[in-house]
Amino acid sequence: MIKALGYFIEIIRGILITARHFVVNLFFHILKVLGIKTKRKGAVTIQYPEQKKEIVSRHRSLHRLMTRPDGKPRCVACMLCVTVCPSECIYVEAAEDPDPEIQKYPAKFIIDLGRCCFCGFCVEACPEDAIRMDTGNVHFAQYSQQDLIYDLDKLIG
Amino acid sequence: MTETLTEILIVFIKIVCALVWFLLLTLYLTWLERKESALIQDRLGANRAPIFGIRIIGLFQPFADAIKMIFKEDFVPSFSRKFLHTLAPFISFFFVAITIAAIPFGDILRIGNRTINLQILDFNVGLLFILAMLSLGIYGIIISGWSSNNRYTLTGGLRGAAQVISYEVALGLSLIGLIMVYPSLRLSSIVVYQGELLFGFLPKWGIFLQPLGFVIFLFAALAETKRVPFDLPEGESEIIGFFTEYSGLKWGLFMMTDFMEIIIISTLLTTLFFGGWQVPWLASDGFHFPWGGELLLPHVVIVLFQVAAFNIKVFFFCWLQILIRWTYPRFRYDQVMDLGWKLLVPLSLVNIIGTGIIMTI
Ligand code: SF4
Ligand code: SF4
Repeated sequence: MIKALGYFIEIIRGILITARHFVVNLFFHILKVLGIKTKRKGAVTIQYPEQKKEIVSRHRSLHRLMTRPDGKPRCVACMLCVTVCPSECIYVEAAEDPDPEIQKYPAKFIIDLGRCCFCGFCVEACPEDAIRMDTGNVHFAQYSQQDLIYDLDKLIG
Repeated sequence: MTETLTEILIVFIKIVCALVWFLLLTLYLTWLERKESALIQDRLGANRAPIFGIRIIGLFQPFADAIKMIFKEDFVPSFSRKFLHTLAPFISFFFVAITIAAIPFGDILRIGNRTINLQILDFNVGLLFILAMLSLGIYGIIISGWSSNNRYTLTGGLRGAAQVISYEVALGLSLIGLIMVYPSLRLSSIVVYQGELLFGFLPKWGIFLQPLGFVIFLFAALAETKRVPFDLPEGESEIIGFFTEYSGLKWGLFMMTDFMEIIIISTLLTTLFFGGWQVPWLASDGFHFPWGGELLLPHVVIVLFQVAAFNIKVFFFCWLQILIRWTYPRFRYDQVMDLGWKLLVPLSLVNIIGTGIIMTI
């Protein structure tokens, strides 16, 4: 009986907490409508398309391929990223580079972003630091899957 | 001849007004539900759906929802019993929508020498009528669960049936004390009785005469609406419930039924326990304050006061029910039965006996 009474008190307290949130937030919303500036806001919502949250530097966004000083891709077509990719969405076709120091370069480098899960393993695996996911671009949704297949030009550009 | 025609016209206008009030409030309850839950959880809630770039805190959202629902595909699964499957949402909807007929919105309105009762039908058994119709509504749920021919909907329908037998008895018994105090089942006279004063200053509202009855009725009525603390038939986190196989407008009817039940329960709570359209100390010619003051008002103003008081009370209870829905987790199947049979029914019996003893003293 005493225990049940304890439950009852907690139930009442619960509804008082939600009611308090309602009243306090409503108060701050009304202040805002009246044009009174307050430090506290009625809601923590970020109104997405108009307001954007700042993307932190570690955020994994759209891939890019790094280039050497002469503008060619840094990638040596070692296929490590292709091997590690869990979504199997990277396709690299190697070609021979006349420079014996470099030996190989990617003739084709395709990432199918429609399959990519943005795990970042390719970035971790690359021995040449040739691929990075630090463009900060997260708005590349497309209407067709074809448009999500990024090739060398798009990835460097 | 013209006399009967005008009578019919008046009844017709009353029906239209009541239904418009009911449906608009239902639409905007969906808006209120979104906004209130957002405020409780420090969010903003739906604030888009602009019309010509104007989007006043999402007030057009209900219409956008309605349009979406109308244009959705009306899907009837091939394995369902088609006729019953189609019939079920209409049963649910109809039995809730018809209850508005017995709700008194205000006292009499006098235009010229004609008196209009601000109530569609002044039943002798108004209270029983509402209770009966609300209980019949559950058939829609059971039929939809059965006719969809799907295990989840069947579970939902069964749970609905189990819930009915746990709260319905308490719902009825909790009101017997009230009927003993205001010896009438006619809702309009119950409200008129509540205009009298207790000890010369306290309005004779049901909440002051029947506090225990109010608590029991509130619990049972919450179970009646089949929303979250008692949403066994739906159980959206596990079985989706009796309307799993519905889409488009038929699903919309079920959802509207939910919200309409909230409104009906609010109007019942208002009418039975919070004086209906009574404003404290407002008689039919103006305010008579217990400390001696008087403020006489014209008839139209008084009627407006009464209708406004009724609406404010109903809004408050709608707000309260949504607050409850967004605060508590769901009861388990057996817990609802425990609550109904082991707590609410004995308490309502105690209430009846207590009321009887106090009344004889
Ligand atoms: S982020 Fe992950 S899934 Fe995407 S390309 Fe790199 S390794 Fe593959
Ligand atoms: S791991 Fe780096 S160097 Fe190797 S193929 Fe991938 S991007 Fe090129």
